[in-house]
Amino acid sequence: MIPFEYRTPKNLKEVHATLKEFGTDAKLIAGGTALVIMMKQRLVRPSCLVSLRSVRGLNGIEVKDGGLRIGGLATHRDVETSSLVRRRLPLLAETYHHVATIRVRNMATVGGGLAHADPNQDPPPTLIALGATVKATSANGSRVIPLDEFFTDYYETVLNPDEIITEVFVPRLTANSGGAYLKFLPRTADDYATVSAAAVLTLDKNKKTISDVRIALGSVGATPIRATAAEAVLRGQPVKAEGFAEAGEKAKKAVDPVSDFRGSAAYKKDMAAVFVRRALENALAGIRQQAKAKPAPKASRKTAKKGKRR
Amino acid sequence: MNKKIKMRVNGKKVEAEVPTNRLLIDFLRYDLGLTGTKEGCSVGVCGACAVLMDGDMVSSCLTLAVMADGHHITTVEGLAKNGELNPVQKSFIQYGGFQCGICTPGQVIAATALLKENPKPNEDEIKDWMMGNLCRCTGYYKIIESIQKAHQFAK
Repeated sequence: MIPFEYRTPKNLKEVHATLKEFGTDAKLIAGGTALVIMMKQRLVRPSCLVSLRSVRGLNGIEVKDGGLRIGGLATHRDVETSSLVRRRLPLLAETYHHVATIRVRNMATVGGGLAHADPNQDPPPTLIALGATVKATSANGSRVIPLDEFFTDYYETVLNPDEIITEVFVPRLTANSGGAYLKFLPRTADDYATVSAAAVLTLDKNKKTISDVRIALGSVGATPIRATAAEAVLRGQPVKAEGFAEAGEKAKKAVDPVSDFRGSAAYKKDMAAVFVRRALENALAGIRQQAKAKPAPKASRKTAKKGKRR
Repeated sequence: MNKKIKMRVNGKKVEAEVPTNRLLIDFLRYDLGLTGTKEGCSVGVCGACAVLMDGDMVSSCLTLAVMADGHHITTVEGLAKNGELNPVQKSFIQYGGFQCGICTPGQVIAATALLKENPKPNEDEIKDWMMGNLCRCTGYYKIIESIQKAHQFAK
């Protein structure tokens, strides 16, 4: 690593001032698990690292408007182990559990991971399927960016150099909704996915028709990909197994993977179809299980609890 | 460019001036002489360089020394208290949780962190937690057994 300045601002105001001083030569660092590797490989050579580690008040996880507000500096492990997240949105805790190893999850932050924008990451597909937004803050104020409009290319986002992700907001899952994140891992447990797929499915009151659905994939293009054409074939349609398979085929057309040691492009495309279908099936199974677990008049409390925990 | 840092390493106060691009692992090994922590892959995958920062397991090869400023670092040298090995270390010896030994400091640190959260983990929990610590001798059965039985040595 070439030498660099290391600044430790204590609040956002100082962060903005330091970023202004160094301009695009500065890089923000939080957990450093991705950036330090890139600096070791000399892919990134900042003249100054602006550490966010001493900035207070950006690491909480709390309920806001029925959804979850996650501070940009919350670690992956915080999300994975938060009782609030596990209770209200277990899918999100499970997704963060899939990231790398505990050592990485102890350091890597939610905001840092998203800003890093590696298309192989686990959280983006789930967050996109859940309709999450990112709050980006600069000296000039804040803006809210839907996550499906956030990623632009490999390691590129719509963030300006002076913007910091201060929070991620994940809206509440509406009634009769279920979600799933599936990571296809033919090699090792801590690997990037060959293909990953997240689906969030919402049924109408009678649980016969799909009122809404969001599908997103990882590791199959330059960015995480939202499969809107796949969603379109399901929205407003009755729940049918053939529908899920058709959505998988549509998703296959939306992806653009590269061949590497995790599989050929053609194989990953085939797997994209399979994993979108399975994610939808799992999401549906989740809704059905929830319905069963609801404290029906005669069901014992124990069963209800067990069902909820899946 | 240098920066002054202060931290506790294995309970002892440490003050130093380090280049900002000094990695925590190099600071521990070359500046403090704590060579128990090993460097394997250098990209955070193998677990040989695992240390505890404020009790949480991190990769010292991905952590800048300046990032540890103000924190408590525990290395494998800090696990024994008053010359007595900790339960994980005793169990690794008793049940043969190592072969060549290069991954052992990382394995022991990781297992110590696991047992702090979960004193009697089952096999699946051990595998889930330890999957980021590679043993290229592939001595995994004995490592898992040692961790499972470590509670026997706890007081």
